[in-house]
Amino acid sequence: MAVSATLPDAMNPTRSFQGLLLTLQRFWAERGCVILQPYDMEVGAGTSHPGTMLRSLGPRPWRAAYVQPSRRPKDGRYGENPNRLQHYYQFQVILKPNPPNLQELYLQSLEAIGIDMKLHDIRFVEDDWENPTLGAWGLGWECWCDGMEVSQFTYFQQVAGIECAPVSGELTYGLERLACYLQNVESIMELNFNGLEGDDKVTYREVFLQAEQEYSRYNFEHADTAALFRRFAEAEAECRALLEKGESGERHLMVQPAYDQCLKAGHSFNLLDARGVISVTERQSYILRVRELAKACGAAWLKTAGGGANSGVEAN
Amino acid sequence: MPDLLLELFSEEIPARMQRKAAEDLRKLVTDALVERGLVYEGAKAFATPRRLALHIAGLPVRGRDVREERKGPRVGAPEAAIQGFLKAAGLTSLDQATIISDPKKGDSYVAIIEKPGQETVAAIAEIVPAVIRGFPWPKSMRWGAASAAGASLRWVRPLHAILCTFGAETEEPEVVPFEVDGIVSSNITYGHRFHAPGAITVKRFDDYVPSLEKAKVVLDADRRKEIILNDARTLAFAQGLELVEDEGLLEEVAGLVEWPVVLMGSFEERFLEIPGEAIRATIRANQKCFVLSSPSPLGGEGGIASAMTDEGTSGSSFPHPSASQTPSPPRGEGKLANRFLLTANLVASDGGKVITAGNERVVRARLSDAAYFFATDKGDLPDLDTLKESAEKLGLELAKPLDQRMAKLDKLGVVFHAKLGTQGERVQRIAALARELAPIVGADPDLAERAAKLAKADLPTEMVGEFPELQGLMGRKYAELQGEHPSVCAAIEEHYKPLGPSDRVPADPVSVAVALADKLDTLVGFWAIDEKPTGSKDPYALRRAALGVIRLVVENGVRLPLIDALEQQAGKIDQRSKPKGGIQAQGAAMHLFGERSVRVETIDLLSFFHDRLKVMLRDQGARHDLVDAVLAGSPSPLGGEGGIASAMTDEGTSGSSFPHPSASQTPSPPRGEGSDDLLLITHRVAALARFLETQDGKSLLAGYKRAANILKAEEKKDGEGAFAGAADLQLIAGAGLIEEKALAVALANATPAAAAAVAKEDYEGAMAALAELRPAVDAFFDQVTVNDPDPALRINRLKLLNQLRVATRAVADFGRIAG
Repeated sequence: MAVSATLPDAMNPTRSFQGLLLTLQRFWAERGCVILQPYDMEVGAGTSHPGTMLRSLGPRPWRAAYVQPSRRPKDGRYGENPNRLQHYYQFQVILKPNPPNLQELYLQSLEAIGIDMKLHDIRFVEDDWENPTLGAWGLGWECWCDGMEVSQFTYFQQVAGIECAPVSGELTYGLERLACYLQNVESIMELNFNGLEGDDKVTYREVFLQAEQEYSRYNFEHADTAALFRRFAEAEAECRALLEKGESGERHLMVQPAYDQCLKAGHSFNLLDARGVISVTERQSYILRVRELAKACGAAWLKTAGGGANSGVEAN
Repeated sequence: MPDLLLELFSEEIPARMQRKAAEDLRKLVTDALVERGLVYEGAKAFATPRRLALHIAGLPVRGRDVREERKGPRVGAPEAAIQGFLKAAGLTSLDQATIISDPKKGDSYVAIIEKPGQETVAAIAEIVPAVIRGFPWPKSMRWGAASAAGASLRWVRPLHAILCTFGAETEEPEVVPFEVDGIVSSNITYGHRFHAPGAITVKRFDDYVPSLEKAKVVLDADRRKEIILNDARTLAFAQGLELVEDEGLLEEVAGLVEWPVVLMGSFEERFLEIPGEAIRATIRANQKCFVLSSPSPLGGEGGIASAMTDEGTSGSSFPHPSASQTPSPPRGEGKLANRFLLTANLVASDGGKVITAGNERVVRARLSDAAYFFATDKGDLPDLDTLKESAEKLGLELAKPLDQRMAKLDKLGVVFHAKLGTQGERVQRIAALARELAPIVGADPDLAERAAKLAKADLPTEMVGEFPELQGLMGRKYAELQGEHPSVCAAIEEHYKPLGPSDRVPADPVSVAVALADKLDTLVGFWAIDEKPTGSKDPYALRRAALGVIRLVVENGVRLPLIDALEQQAGKIDQRSKPKGGIQAQGAAMHLFGERSVRVETIDLLSFFHDRLKVMLRDQGARHDLVDAVLAGSPSPLGGEGGIASAMTDEGTSGSSFPHPSASQTPSPPRGEGSDDLLLITHRVAALARFLETQDGKSLLAGYKRAANILKAEEKKDGEGAFAGAADLQLIAGAGLIEEKALAVALANATPAAAAAVAKEDYEGAMAALAELRPAVDAFFDQVTVNDPDPALRINRLKLLNQLRVATRAVADFGRIAG
């Protein structure tokens, strides 16, 4: 494979989970991305990281890549399903505006992690992406490798209900699934995490199985729903309060703390949803409430330096 | 004559949009050319995942010169008029105008404007950018640095290059010069993304197609489909298998590749215990792969190939009661092979081994899920105790897995519609109605009720949760596994049918009962909460449901008193909502139907059925105008003038979907007793249509129209109803003409005969009775002057004509027949 010659075995993305992650970071770092670290809060997807969600709004150019642990309480299976976890890693790339050769860059990144284009059937299959809680949508594809979805490729058209100007290109790699394919194992738990063999080998199971079991119990059985309802309401109220207090004429001074509260409300909702205490009709209204917070944060972001306010970076 | 070659090269276009986009491109460009007087010999458009292409053959080099004459004022007209004329015609002085003489009007000015024809290249350079900017993609996007500005170009995915050449075969074609948002037209295209990504210089269509082929791109989607289909069949044949053909999938797959390479993969045989339809659904939906079947040992039809592709048209499972006696009818499971065919977009250097292995991995994972779902669905649910209450309420047997699922559906309180309650409540209503309908359709009431109670039970199954398109079918499988009666199993699957005008109509009486109950409950419910279809919006597919009811009734010869069924169901829905109010308030308004008092919504819904019946007849190429004629016919049994005119509500539902020019102008025909028997109405319409095809029918219709016109004119003078009542036969005998007498006699015979035949539902007989009138009517109009100077004779003759009108009304209101 293309990369193996230049890397120590333990870092080979086809043998090592962390090797895969580090190879992608390096690849995108070499293409001008700032490498961020995971956001230090529970989020359902890499898109929720302020590095994507907020930075994709406004005129300022932005290039970033990062790993984001994604928490999906409802997807927990006590570690028993080979393909489903309540906590997994996404590798997220955001390029604003999207470069004209983004598809080529993406394909090069696949080459970098050991996918040979002469052997593998790569396809871009229609996928209209939408995230209702973030008020975001875009057009793009599921990227298929030999019939398996390995990435999401999206041109953001709207985020927080605001038209993207310019449009960002977003790439999301599902790291565990990709690694299973590269390492040719059937279950995520069997992934070689550190790329070593024998006694030194650490598997994904050793790192995460216990966590999957514990969090599944928590998510489905023991999370304190009364407390979660309360936390949802508190986060919602604080988000609104911070947005109000941060208003300063033309500018806004406290968007990111407010957005943190929006994320907290979102995670409380996800847990309540997993506990099965939210009915179908209520569900919609909770999603709408989070979206309203996200929209308000997005609008406030445009009044900050990061959002391009009075920065001299205008649409031109 | 020169040709145009246009190619729009972009990132991957969704497969489902490609064909229409190519067609739109062809139409938009050719229409714009023709509008400019540029006529062409032929045009064809193509699409691949990465390009739309258009070839237009035989265009002129330039458009024809246009000569236009613009008439001006007369010579010597006021200065203002002259100036206006010069300005409008683009002239600077009168010297440029011509004077023409007209013997009547005198001399006047004419401006002769000659425009040289536009160069075709210039026209194309204007047309193509405009077409690109206004292209009708169902969904389009902005991209790149340009999207920072407000009005940047939109395309389905980023557009990268435009190839546009124009020229004759004998010369070097030129690039038609234009630019769209920074993309400059050229004579360059690109080959296959992985095999030949480099630039390719193109002259015209003739070298474009082979150059692309060399670069591993098959331009024509139909050719790609042909290649895939042929290769798939060959690969299947080599293994002694048959391809389960799937046109929709083939079309989609052809839109996912530029260079199709068909490969065969396999999966573990143990997965074949999963129902074939579920295997196919998962492999198709997630992997876009074809499945294969082993040829039937009998060598004939059967097998999954025919069972699954002919669903809509064949009567595969009915009427063959014996076919479903065994728990596993020959629907194909067991015959599916443990192989599948994938279509890659690459000639891989290892012959496709890695690609096949990768696809097998995914198929295996998906089938593992499906096998797990199937096993789970066949087993008991946990916490059966919690389902007891629901099971008792619905009369379910908690020992059986499918019954448990229905109980769970009820227990979960899954909402069917916020204002119409839960699925559990709905199933109770449907089961009650199915039981009531059973005797009418010849079904066993117990079986009908049982089938209705299990009809929605597969909704909470794992399998249907994953593949909603398997609803009904999975219910049938699970019902078979727990040993339900074959008719119950069939009804669970078939109660959704027919799904459209060409879908098969169930024939098993139990299926008919449940299918009718399901659809009628839906319609009554949405009418009760005032969620009717409007214009193009019909989110609950209510038009389809009404058409389904009509087809079930008509094709199975069911005499269904619709008003009774609708009223009963409305009563159940009212009851449900009583504690909460709301619907009851609406349901309170009542109207007379015949001699009964029924809900306004019921009458309105009946009108909706009539409209659907007209649409159905129109779509079948039949005389839909006859529906109104028949509905407005005799007072008995179809209800008379005293019926309910629902003109107000009728317009809303009929107007947009039913482009019948007169529908919105003429008031709706009265609705009365008998107008709710859809089978009778169609019989009556058919008999009337046949009658009107005959010479007797045509002649009688002409006679009727003549009589009606005369009566209308004379009633204006004498007043409405002036000619009602019987003619004075003594007066005719004394002073009338022989033709007058003949008509009186004919009417005296035909009128009761027609009415009697109608009463017996013998419409052919009624038509025959009316046909007897024809010679007398013809002779009457030939020989008799209606408006005789003798007022007594005149009135009497008009009364005769009125009797003719009354006689025909026994069958239909001939005044509503078009033509």
